[in-house]
Amino acid sequence: MLTYLLKRLGMVIPTLLGITLLAFSLIHLIPGNAAQALSGERGMSPERYRQLAHQLGLDRPLSTQYLDYLGHLLHGDFGRSINTHEAVVKEFLTLFPATTELALCAILLALLLGLPAGILAAVKRNSFIDYSVIGASLTGYSMPIFWWALLLIELFSVKLGWTPVSGRIAIVYDFPTPTGFMLIDAWRSGQAGAFRSALSHLILPALALGTIPLAVIARMTRSAMLEVLREDYVRTARAKGLSWFSVVCVHALRNALIPVITVIGLQVGTLLTGAILTETIFSWPGIGKWLVEAIHRRDYPVVQGGILISACIVISVNLAVDLLYGVVNPRIRHGR
Amino acid sequence: MSAIFKLGLVALLTVFAGTASASKTLVYCSEGSPEGFNPAFFSTGTTYDASSVPIFDRLVAFAPGTTQVVPSLAQSWEVSKNGLVYTFHLRHGVKFQSNALFTPSRDFDADDVLFTFLRQMDPKQPLHRLSAGQTFAYWQDMGMDQIVARIEKLDPYTVRFTLRHPEAPFLADLAMDFASIDSAEYYGKMQARGTPGIADEKVIGTGPFQLVSYQKDAVIRYQAFDQYWRGRAKIDHLIFAITPDAAVRYAKLKTGECQVMAYPNPADIAAMKKDPNIVVYSKAGLNIGYIALNVEKKPLDRLRVRRALALAIDKGSILKLIYQGNAQAAKNLIPPTLWSYNHQVEDTPYDPARARALLVKAGLPQGFAIDLWYLPVSRPYNPDGKRMAELIQADWARIGVRARLVTYEWGEYLKRSKDGEQQAIMYGWSGDNGDPDNFFTPLAGCAAVQGGGNVARWCNKDFERLIQAAKISTNQAQRAKLYERAQAIMKQQMPLIPIAHSLEFTPVRKEVLGYTMDATAHHNFYGVDLAR
Repeated sequence: MLTYLLKRLGMVIPTLLGITLLAFSLIHLIPGNAAQALSGERGMSPERYRQLAHQLGLDRPLSTQYLDYLGHLLHGDFGRSINTHEAVVKEFLTLFPATTELALCAILLALLLGLPAGILAAVKRNSFIDYSVIGASLTGYSMPIFWWALLLIELFSVKLGWTPVSGRIAIVYDFPTPTGFMLIDAWRSGQAGAFRSALSHLILPALALGTIPLAVIARMTRSAMLEVLREDYVRTARAKGLSWFSVVCVHALRNALIPVITVIGLQVGTLLTGAILTETIFSWPGIGKWLVEAIHRRDYPVVQGGILISACIVISVNLAVDLLYGVVNPRIRHGR
Repeated sequence: MSAIFKLGLVALLTVFAGTASASKTLVYCSEGSPEGFNPAFFSTGTTYDASSVPIFDRLVAFAPGTTQVVPSLAQSWEVSKNGLVYTFHLRHGVKFQSNALFTPSRDFDADDVLFTFLRQMDPKQPLHRLSAGQTFAYWQDMGMDQIVARIEKLDPYTVRFTLRHPEAPFLADLAMDFASIDSAEYYGKMQARGTPGIADEKVIGTGPFQLVSYQKDAVIRYQAFDQYWRGRAKIDHLIFAITPDAAVRYAKLKTGECQVMAYPNPADIAAMKKDPNIVVYSKAGLNIGYIALNVEKKPLDRLRVRRALALAIDKGSILKLIYQGNAQAAKNLIPPTLWSYNHQVEDTPYDPARARALLVKAGLPQGFAIDLWYLPVSRPYNPDGKRMAELIQADWARIGVRARLVTYEWGEYLKRSKDGEQQAIMYGWSGDNGDPDNFFTPLAGCAAVQGGGNVARWCNKDFERLIQAAKISTNQAQRAKLYERAQAIMKQQMPLIPIAHSLEFTPVRKEVLGYTMDATAHHNFYGVDLAR
C-alpha cells in the first residue's frame, strides 16, 4: 500500500511541472499582455507601456519569466495578482469555499438522482423507464451549460418566480461569512430566513452544474448494474429467496459501484471546468469566475496559480478515489 | 429563553423589519468587480462606477448628462491671461465620510487637494508608491506630468496650479476620475498606524454614498452619506449586485432583483423597450466610428474624389444593418453630447448620381481601385468592421470604385496605419475627458500625422490654427466657436467620412425616478429616487 502511494505521489511532481508549463505557455499564447490589458480602451504611450512592461517583468525572455515563476513556486510563492495586488493564494482561499459549496451540492444532487435512476433503468431494462433515463441522460450530457443555465433561469426564476436569478443570498442579508460556506454562515447568523434564502440561491446553479455528472453517473450505474445483475452470485442470492431490495441494493450495487466511483472521481475535473461557466452565469463568487476575469485581464499570476491549485485538487481527489477502491471492494489490493 | 427576552426579540425584529421596509434600497446589477476603490490607480469604467462616482468628488464636475465643466469642491476659479495659472477657491463646510477606523476632525480644505495631487505627481511623496506594480495610471496616461509644473496652497481654501504650457482641457482633466479628492487626514492617521494601504481599500471621500462593505465578485454595499454637501441622496442604500452575464442581468431586472442594469446586450434592447416594467434610457456615447481617407495617397489627395466616396456611402443601411439601430448617424468628428458640436454642419446625403458626376469631373469616369482597411476586432464604436466594409464595397462599386478589403491583426493594424500604408481605413475613438480637444488633436491634428492617430494624414493649416487656438484659450464660449469653425473646415475638406456614434443604453425598472445617463458612460445614482 505504502509503495503504491509513494509511486503515485512520485508521478504527481512531473504532472504538476507539466501543468505549470502548459498554463504558462497557453496564457502567453493569447495575443496581448497584462500591460496592454491595463491600458484599457484608450491605449497608452509607448514609453509608459515600456515602463509598465518592465515593472511587471514582461520585457524579459519568456524562458526567464517561466524559470523565475518556478523558482518562486518552490518557495511557496504563487505571486500577486497584477490587478488587485493581493496574494494569489489568499484570493484563492477566499473564493474556494464558494466553489466547494457549489460543487459538493452539485455532486450530491447528481448522486441522489443519478444512482437511483441508473439502478431503476437497469432493473427495468428495455422498459419505458429505461428509455427515459437513457434519453434524458444523453440530453443532459450534451447540453451546453451556459445555455442550460439560462433556460433554467428563464423558466424557474423569470416565468415561475420559484427561485432567485443569481447570487448566493438575498441582498437584504448582510452578515460576516467566516467559513465562506454560505449555508453554514447563514445558519449561524441566526437571521430569520437567511438559511432558506441561501438554499434557494443554491438550487439552480447546483442543478446546472450537476447535470453532466448526473447524466454520467446514471449511465454508468445502469451499465455497471446490468453487468452485475447477470452474475452467478446475484442469481444465487435470488435463489436463496432474498428480497428484491436486498439483492439489488446490497449484493449487486456494492460491486457495481467500483466503476461508478471512478467516474465520480473523474467528475471533479468536470465540476471545476463547469464551475467556470456556472459561476459566471449565476454571479457565484468562486474560483471559476475569478479565473475567467483573470484571463480577460491577462493576470498571469492568477491564471497560472489558479490552474495549478485546481490541478492539485483534481490530482488529490483522483488519488483518493484510487485508494478508496480497496475499501469498497476488498478484491482490489494495492501493494506487493 | 425567558419569555421577556423572547418578547424583546420579537419587538426588536419588528422594529428592524419596520425600518427595513421604510428605507429605500436601490440595487444596481453591475458588470464586474472593481479592481479596487481608489480610482487614481485604475482606468476602467467598472472601477469608476464603484469608486469615484458614488464615494468621491473632484474639484470640478461634468454637469449631469453633459461634458460641461461646472464647480464642485472648487466653488470658483480664475485662469491667468496667459493660461498658465489656475487658482481654485475651495468650498467651505464640505464634510468627509467616516468609518470604523476614522472620524474626520476637520472639513475638506487645501491640504486634501495638495495631498491628492502631490501623491500622484511627486515620486518623493511617501505614499507615492505603496505596493509594487501599483501606479497612478491615468495621471501618467493623460500626460499630467508634462502639463502641471507646481501645485501650491495659498491659504486653507485657495489652491494654485501652475502649468508648463497653456492647456485649456486641463479643467476637464480635473473632472476625471483619477482627480478624485482624498482625505489627507485619513491617510495621515493610517500612515501613523503603520497601515497606509487600508486607506486605499476602505476609502473615505466627500461623495454622496459611503462604502459599507465589499465582497469580491458578489456585492458592494453603500449607504447615503447624511452630511453630503449637495444634500443627502434620496435613496438610503445603494447596492451593486455584481452580475457578469448580460442575459442574467436582464433576468434580474425582469424579476425585480435589481432596478438598474449595466451594459445590456444590444440584441435584447427591442424586447426591453416592449416590457411595460422597464424604461430604456439611451444616449450617444462619447465615441465616433469613421472611414479615414489617406490624403497622401492618390487619388484620395483630390477633394472631389473624397467627396464622391462620401456621397456614395449609404449610411442609413449601415446604421440599420451593422448597428441594428443602436447608433446615431455622425456628421462631425465629435458626438453631439460634447459642447462645441456644430449643429449647422449638414450631413452628406446618399447620392450615387452626384458621386459619379464628381468622379467624371475629377477625370476618373471609369472609377478606380482602392484598398479599404477594415477593423479586425469589434469596438464600441463599430461592432462589425468586416460587414461594414462589405456594405461600403458594394456602395462604392455602384460608382465604379473597386475596393479591395484588407485587414491585419489589431496590433499590426494600428502600427501599419500609423506608418501611413493605408488608403481608405476604418477607424474610431472613445473619448476620455469630455473635452473636444480629446478628439480633434489626437485624430486630426498635424502632430498626430507622424505616428499618431491621424490616419487620414491630413494636416490643414486653417484647421490646425483653430484647434491650437482653442487648446490655449481659457474662455469656453470662445473655444466652442473655434471648434465649430474647425468642424466646418473638416466637413468641407472631407479627410474622413464620419459614420456613427454608437448609442449607450441603461435599462431601469419603471419605479426608478430621476435617472440621468452620464455623458462619460458612468452610472451615477445621486439624484435617483424610488417610487413606492
